[in-house]
Amino acid sequence: MSWDWDFAWEVFPVLLEGLRVTLWATTLATILALVVGLIFAMAKRSPNAFIRLPINGFVEFIRRTPILVQIYFIYFVLPEVGILLPGFASGVIALGLHTGSYMSEVYRAGIESVPRGQWEAARALNYTKLDMWRRIILPQAIPPMVPALGNYVIFMFKDSSLLSIIAVPELMSMARNIGNDTYRYLEPMTLVAGLYFAMSVSAAWFVRWIEERRDKRKLSV
Amino acid sequence: MDDLTVYGLLLLQGAWVTAKITAVASVVAVFVAFTTGILRLSPNILVRILPTTFVEIFRGTPCYVQLFWVFFSLPLVGISLDAFTVSVLVLGSNVGSYGSEVVRSSLAGVARTQYEATVALNYTPWQRFRHVTFPQALITMLPPAGNLFIDLLKLTPLTSLITVSDLTYNAIIVRQQTGNTALALGAIMIGYFLFSTFIVWCIRCLERRASRGMDVGVNAR
Repeated sequence: MSWDWDFAWEVFPVLLEGLRVTLWATTLATILALVVGLIFAMAKRSPNAFIRLPINGFVEFIRRTPILVQIYFIYFVLPEVGILLPGFASGVIALGLHTGSYMSEVYRAGIESVPRGQWEAARALNYTKLDMWRRIILPQAIPPMVPALGNYVIFMFKDSSLLSIIAVPELMSMARNIGNDTYRYLEPMTLVAGLYFAMSVSAAWFVRWIEERRDKRKLSV
Repeated sequence: MDDLTVYGLLLLQGAWVTAKITAVASVVAVFVAFTTGILRLSPNILVRILPTTFVEIFRGTPCYVQLFWVFFSLPLVGISLDAFTVSVLVLGSNVGSYGSEVVRSSLAGVARTQYEATVALNYTPWQRFRHVTFPQALITMLPPAGNLFIDLLKLTPLTSLITVSDLTYNAIIVRQQTGNTALALGAIMIGYFLFSTFIVWCIRCLERRASRGMDVGVNAR
């Protein structure tokens, strides 16, 4: 059996339909991860040990266990405690929590890189806590961490293929379904690999472009 | 009580398979990382092109897609491998491709004067690598390598999707037979966490060992 172009053309539109779901899941999970990551990062800085330690432990636990098992856990265990979520929502939550845990470290490094004088200035000018974060700290902390955050988004884009195990009709599950129905895996799997590759490589270029632009701007200051 | 022993044993068997995959794939990963990492340092573009393509393909696509592609598509061209071998080769190549960059950058990061000194002392290329570049690069290599070994462990549940009876695969069996999802999935989450923690501990020991050698070198001066 060898490569069949006609078959490849026939399945391509189905795969593109799956890619749409993949991109949706990645986008929503990115928003969740960005928010969750920031919350975790702030909680890890909390002077209150009852907030700091449990969050630290939770983040470390998530980082040291496989995303696949986390997806199963959210999809199968949450309904037992009465939270019924469709596959798509479970998947987005799992991806968002997992990536958010990694991102919290990026946020932490970014926040710590804001010079001490900026914090003192905010206090001297009598900024409220919210205003200090919103107007002084985060605007300086976030731009330097954009490339690192971008790389985690690319990782998450690839991890989203795992949502096919909980029957989300994304790119990988489309290819698996075609394979199961026709007993031909070569064409759909190769096309899927090509799509993931094209998307993640161009995203990586984009991240590198942002990084170079940022470094150039730093030099000119 | 009897059930608990039966299912406990099943999970232990799965844990053993997971440990085996992690161990064998680590060896593959180290091999891939060093061969591609060193070849990519070559000034000759013809030498660089093959390892670069290999690394980019493995980094640009999800590991899940790679596993399926190799498991289902290679038989079509006449190469048939069992699921365990496919798992070890694919996971090893995947993590090794990320490791390639670690090896490349830490070898390139060794001071140029060190290279010049070995030339002056008439070292052969192998002596230079074994006694000068490698011991110094190892210290920068180990922390990111540790993260990669944990990533490798966290990729092993994917092998359950191509019928390897690893920890996750057996936990799903336990889940289906007992109906106790929270216990089965919770138990393996803790299992994976302990396993990762063990890897972290091993890498810390190695780091201490690698830099101890350096201290002796500095002190001897």
